[in-house]
Amino acid sequence: MHAAGRSIGIGIAPGKLMVLLALLLGVIATVALMLGQLQIPPATVIEILASRVLPIERTWEPTLESVLFDVRLPRLLAGVLVGAGLSISGAAFQGLFRNPLVSPHILGVSAGAGLGAALAILFFSSILAIQAFSFIFGLAAVLMTCGLARVYRTTPVLMLVLSGIIVGALFSACTSLLKYIADPLNNMPSIVFWLLGSLNNASNKDMAVVGPVILTGIVILLLIRWRINLLAMGEEDARALGVDTRRLTAIIIVCATLISAASVSISGIIGWIGLVIPHIGRLLVGPDNKYLLPVVVLVGASYLVAVDTIARTAIESEIPIGILTAMVGAPIFAYLLKKSRPGW
Amino acid sequence: MTALIEIHNLSFSYTGAAPHDVFSQVSFSVAPGGVFCLLGPNGTGKSTLLKCVSNVLQGWHGAIRLDGRDISRMKPADVAMGIGYVPQNQNSAFPFLVRDIVVMGRAPHLAVFASPSTRDREIARAAMETVGILSLADRPCTTLSGGEWQLALIARALSQEPQVMILDEPTSHLDLGNQVRILRVVKSLAGTGMGIIMATHVPDHAFIVATEVAIMNRGGLSRKGAPETVITESNMRDAYGIDVKVLHVAGGVERKACFPSL
Repeated sequence: MHAAGRSIGIGIAPGKLMVLLALLLGVIATVALMLGQLQIPPATVIEILASRVLPIERTWEPTLESVLFDVRLPRLLAGVLVGAGLSISGAAFQGLFRNPLVSPHILGVSAGAGLGAALAILFFSSILAIQAFSFIFGLAAVLMTCGLARVYRTTPVLMLVLSGIIVGALFSACTSLLKYIADPLNNMPSIVFWLLGSLNNASNKDMAVVGPVILTGIVILLLIRWRINLLAMGEEDARALGVDTRRLTAIIIVCATLISAASVSISGIIGWIGLVIPHIGRLLVGPDNKYLLPVVVLVGASYLVAVDTIARTAIESEIPIGILTAMVGAPIFAYLLKKSRPGW
Repeated sequence: MTALIEIHNLSFSYTGAAPHDVFSQVSFSVAPGGVFCLLGPNGTGKSTLLKCVSNVLQGWHGAIRLDGRDISRMKPADVAMGIGYVPQNQNSAFPFLVRDIVVMGRAPHLAVFASPSTRDREIARAAMETVGILSLADRPCTTLSGGEWQLALIARALSQEPQVMILDEPTSHLDLGNQVRILRVVKSLAGTGMGIIMATHVPDHAFIVATEVAIMNRGGLSRKGAPETVITESNMRDAYGIDVKVLHVAGGVERKACFPSL
């Protein structure tokens, strides 16, 4: 078991594993572009994509091209970015809070976003308003959590978690109140469906705004990924190792919050991913964030795109993705836990 | 000999203001190769003092000078290149490998966006070799015993390549063999010219390794000096409230030791 090289994880060298996972993401993405009400053969998918940069003769119907570029591609991009973003935020938060049970929603971002979306559905009912409100309310909830944690002043990390629970409960209660008073035929189902998550509304325009936000957060977390190990050993240890813990904590919280607020604003609340993908990543490469974070980005992206493809093709109408992420993910996770023995 | 680290009139309270109820007016210094042992009852602030000196806790008053430089004016990373800290707590929420933990000691030498290079891994490897835990390199830390953890944390501090190492009760909760193994490592590090500051609950350990001993009590250092002059029967009674005989042990040991009576 403890032979040469990395002895935890599944025993594949991290570099090789990342190449395999990138290939897997490529295959899943191609399948996602093929499937739907209009089936497009894989060769045609690649031809249509290549035609944008290479001089290829158009032998396909123009509708295929618009389906691919205006519907499936933005949705694929949303799946990749939201899946990768929520997963890397979850992994970074688990390191920061030294707790493998933490998800990116721990500081109240989804509870805040939920309330924002519910308000927007009740009073404006435009998609743009829902996205803007959920993003702003998500950020506001995390700001409240951080402000509340400062009031108590002691052991900051623990107070952040507790403050997150307090703020989350408050916002969730407000959302429940809105659901209770909402019109049960129109607004209430809209709120409920939004809370269950969907990538259905992701358009090219949305991705142009939200994409860079999520991408920036992911890149910054990747750049500081080794330092997250230091925080994971405890604040005092990190400080003894010369880390400016307050600044590093702030960077992680800002990145993870922007990623999740931006994700939630286009996809609604997709649970489970940010909690479990980091665990699957640890089963694959071990806990060193230097390898864990890139792996989690690839696995999270593949997973959400795969699940979203099932969500929109399995039955006639679309299944809310928040339901499927857990329904598909729970058995996979149970199986992986049984297969490899993690060291905790 | 000039001091490596100098602590001058250090005072601390958790509120950050007077009265300095944890400790006040603490002064001592350690020269290269010196081993400064801190004795004293539970709850007198030994750990807090060590955390202040290692820059883990901020908000203290007074001066801490490392090689003549005021550490409050230094960047955290620069302090960590000069002072290594071995904490008392040993736990990790994640099963990091021992070598991944030891290489964390390279953090102050690395840029914010960097991760350890091959050279950093070699330095970590040498540190593990020095403390004799190379065979543990690929073990998840969650499977370590108390003694192995302590040695891993010493190796991590050693990877910082510090001039001063601070150890907070490095022998507590360890069996006799591991206690002696730790003391041996401490002594050999001092032999290389490193300055050592360590807290301990065992006066005999101070007799074995210390060049200077201080007793922390009632918010300050009540006694300070050579081990033989500080660890006396009256000082022990004063500090711990029990009767202790301090006797010279012959028969090949040739060292003083404490013998408490019930």
